[in-house]
Amino acid sequence: MALDDRKSDFTFVGTRPDRPDGLDKVTGRAKFGADAVAPGMLFGAIVRSPHAHARIVKIDTSKAEAMKGVKAVVTRADFATGLTGEFWNVQENVMAGDTALYDGHAVAAVAATSALDARDAAKLIEVEYEVLPHVTDVDKAMAADAPVIRDGTADGSVPEGMHPNVVRYHESGHGDVAAGFAEADLVIEDSFKTEATHQGYIEPHACLASLGADGKGELWCTTQGHWYAQKHCAALLGIETSQLRVTASEIGGGFGGKTTVFIEPVALALSRKANRPVKLVMSRSEVLRATGPTSSTSMDVKIGMKKDGTITAAEGVFRLQGGAFPGAPMEFTAMCAFAPYALENVRQVGYDVIANRPKQAAYRAPGSPMAAFAVESVIDLLCQELDLDPVEVRLKNASKKGTKASYGPRFDDIGLVECLEAARDHPHYSAPLEQGQGRGISCGFWFNHGGETSVSLALSEDGTVQVSVGTPDIGGSRASMALMASETLGIPYENIRVTIADTATLGYNDVSHGSRVTYASGLATIKAAQAAIAEMCKRAAAKWGIPEDAVKWEDGCAVPSGPNAGDFEPLAMADITADMGATGGPISGHFEATPEGAGVSFGVHIVDAQVDPETGKTSIPRYTVIQDAGKAVHPAYVEGQFQGGAAQGIGWALNEEYIYGEDGRLQNAVFLDYRIPVASDLPMIDTVIVEVPNPGHPYGVRGVGETGIVPPLAAIANAVSRAAGVRMHELPMSPPRILAALKADG
Amino acid sequence: MNYHSPASFAEASALAENADGVTRFLAGGTDVLVQLRADIVTPDTLIDIKKIDGVSDITQNDDGSWTLGVAVTGAEMTEHASLSRDWPGVVEAMDLVGSTQVQGRATLTGNLCNGSPAADSVPAMVAAGVTVTVTGADGSREVAVGDIPTGPGRTSLAKGELVSAVNIPARGDNAGDAYLRFIPRTEMDIAVVGVAVSLRLDGDTVTEARVSLGAVAPTVLLVQECADAIIGSTLDDAALDALAAAASAACNPITDKRGTVEFRTDVAGVLAKRAAKIAYARAKGETVKGDHA
Repeated sequence: MALDDRKSDFTFVGTRPDRPDGLDKVTGRAKFGADAVAPGMLFGAIVRSPHAHARIVKIDTSKAEAMKGVKAVVTRADFATGLTGEFWNVQENVMAGDTALYDGHAVAAVAATSALDARDAAKLIEVEYEVLPHVTDVDKAMAADAPVIRDGTADGSVPEGMHPNVVRYHESGHGDVAAGFAEADLVIEDSFKTEATHQGYIEPHACLASLGADGKGELWCTTQGHWYAQKHCAALLGIETSQLRVTASEIGGGFGGKTTVFIEPVALALSRKANRPVKLVMSRSEVLRATGPTSSTSMDVKIGMKKDGTITAAEGVFRLQGGAFPGAPMEFTAMCAFAPYALENVRQVGYDVIANRPKQAAYRAPGSPMAAFAVESVIDLLCQELDLDPVEVRLKNASKKGTKASYGPRFDDIGLVECLEAARDHPHYSAPLEQGQGRGISCGFWFNHGGETSVSLALSEDGTVQVSVGTPDIGGSRASMALMASETLGIPYENIRVTIADTATLGYNDVSHGSRVTYASGLATIKAAQAAIAEMCKRAAAKWGIPEDAVKWEDGCAVPSGPNAGDFEPLAMADITADMGATGGPISGHFEATPEGAGVSFGVHIVDAQVDPETGKTSIPRYTVIQDAGKAVHPAYVEGQFQGGAAQGIGWALNEEYIYGEDGRLQNAVFLDYRIPVASDLPMIDTVIVEVPNPGHPYGVRGVGETGIVPPLAAIANAVSRAAGVRMHELPMSPPRILAALKADG
Repeated sequence: MNYHSPASFAEASALAENADGVTRFLAGGTDVLVQLRADIVTPDTLIDIKKIDGVSDITQNDDGSWTLGVAVTGAEMTEHASLSRDWPGVVEAMDLVGSTQVQGRATLTGNLCNGSPAADSVPAMVAAGVTVTVTGADGSREVAVGDIPTGPGRTSLAKGELVSAVNIPARGDNAGDAYLRFIPRTEMDIAVVGVAVSLRLDGDTVTEARVSLGAVAPTVLLVQECADAIIGSTLDDAALDALAAAASAACNPITDKRGTVEFRTDVAGVLAKRAAKIAYARAKGETVKGDHA
């Protein structure tokens, strides 16, 4: 049972079996958030503020309540009182209190017997507003004359004299940057901005809620974390956590945006008031206006370099606007910014700034892509000025095992050098460019995460296995769990069914975020399987009348070993499970922990851009993603994560943006004008999986879900800037912006 | 909401004439139904004109001109070989509207009567000299396409009037047309600028031309200065530059979420050149695949 050693030869892990959810999804049998129904179900609709910032003077619900078919109307008065901290912030975002803080902020909700009636009733709810001055831009929100959005929100970290809209501050680094810059042959300092983007998951938020007067409830919702939903809904409604059972539906994309709650507490409040189940489904416009996009940013980066490419010092200031609530991930932006490089002198500063926009939510490696855009653009400028090869410069400065990271700790085994070498040696990097094309590269970094994890694994009499995990499958994790269980148990992949358990049937689980699921739920699945194996070995030992430690597990069988080797025929798993009821009872394994060896992740992207100098339009003819997966459990899914990161990054870099009018209203709250790339905008995205095993996982796994979106903004900006012959400082690099830059450049 | 499916245009006109509140005619429904579902326009009266005889017919008349029923879809136009051969610019402009699914429903008439300044088929129809037959209480009249839109979302059609047919002129010899639009993506987008050119040659020399711009003013523009810039030329660089300058000069755009005044003005000139080159090549008998810029 020497199963704690890291494994390196695999039978099932690393293969590409069919996905277990494939048939359900292609036949329409899969049940997503909006697919649930219940007897007596009502339909909800939410009234939203049309103003960016307004005091709510009065809400008159009488006309709506008098309408036929209307069963309940709720406002903030129908939620728990006295909350503090993040519970209060989430509650304030889910249903406005005294003040509407952004265009789209929920102020009331109604439940009626049909969706159309609910929509009509919502129009009858009369809200009197006193419009207040607003601000939506990060730099303007920090300026001395900016309207104060929520005075007193700032915590103790903010330096004296800052505007009250600056609510948190971060500073980290090491060495002496001034001395480092003095050693440089060239120092470049430049400023950059990025606009907010949305995760763009295809499935809008949807839920079905039922909450009785006894405080017992059921919630079905599309979410990346149903224990998070349970905890927050219970707090916002003022009920006990365990009395609310939450079931995660099949999920149509999340990318971080479904790691919080929006409509779920509202549906529960409506249900409690109407004493009927209530279904709430967001429209796409509601998703864009009132869920959590990324932060917008304003950044200054300064880097010094010697003529041979050695970076002598680096400094960055990162200002993130995350809506009208604290929490913009500016510390991640700051900490990730220079992580790919081994620097003696580095300093990074972050500001969390509030503005009249929706509360930001996580979006794949939250905060890191923007940092990479600023930092890697300056490195590219240095390479151009000093006539140095961009990959060689990055190789020269790359972080490796033992490097003191820019954000503090020393790196263990990491794969950045391997990724850069793979980039240098990839045919893409040396392929000739056509007229009007430019090539960009960028490194990217993400921490990865462990998080609270519970897994339970039960054996059936026929020798098959059911695995219950608590992390919603947002990227193919059921296939990965089944592969790791089959590897551990030595039985075929097809003999294992993995289910996402509800909150009543498994211990607590952190959200599916931080690229943690394949790592943490995978580790817990392996450990749970090992526990079941130990029990099976014990049953075999009892049957054979030999000591437990004289039985080993090999290829799905209990085998006598040591002095008893060869004394008995191996017992297959199905032989043991067939009579387990009579040999000691049902056999299962479980594992609960907060694993802390997630293993950081690096990637390198190579991209070619073609810019039409007459229209400023960019196309992407070639794209290659190279990333360290530690060990790719299901390589097709890993490649899919790489490609998905690049695809979303292309959108973020070129055309996606939140466009606010002078009135503070979102101008493009539909997919027609919120321009996500369509299939024909994308090239075939090539992938290279690098495998430098993570010492913190039995099979060497690192999360792969987030790092893939870190390099694209920078790599594309570098490619576009080289193709256009003019440096781009602001995202998105939409055609009007590129054409204006070309004209300004003459 | 009242739904009607009249058997004739006269009946449709009478229904609209006598209706109260908001009336919408329903052909493909790719604007009307989307606006209904998005809670933008909820008609009191919906008059479905798809069940009127002949509305799905594409007919070439004896003089070579074409008559298209008001429910003819973009997909039906694209699949019609001889219409596509005669008027590739008009057909391709319509084909740019929406997705493959939308193409199975969307119509030229709907694209025109929706009143969007960015409608793709409208500049192409204006350049081609297309007219529509308008039916009202007092019978029918023929109106140039360019006279239908009067501003964003508005048309010159009076209460009780509706378009009952689309009339495309005979193409004639040595002629070609083209439409190009600018969108930041490759599909599924709204024109930031659209330019259509229709021209005729005598040998290598342009003898007739019509140039129309979309999405750069409250309504579609037919720009005589653009036509003058290339008539009499062999579409040499000087003529193309003059065309571009005239197109840019004619623009009266706004800055909005889709583009800036400066961008639209510049790109109108760029697209005018590119569209003129395609139309010219087609007039010379070359087969040129159109594409948006």
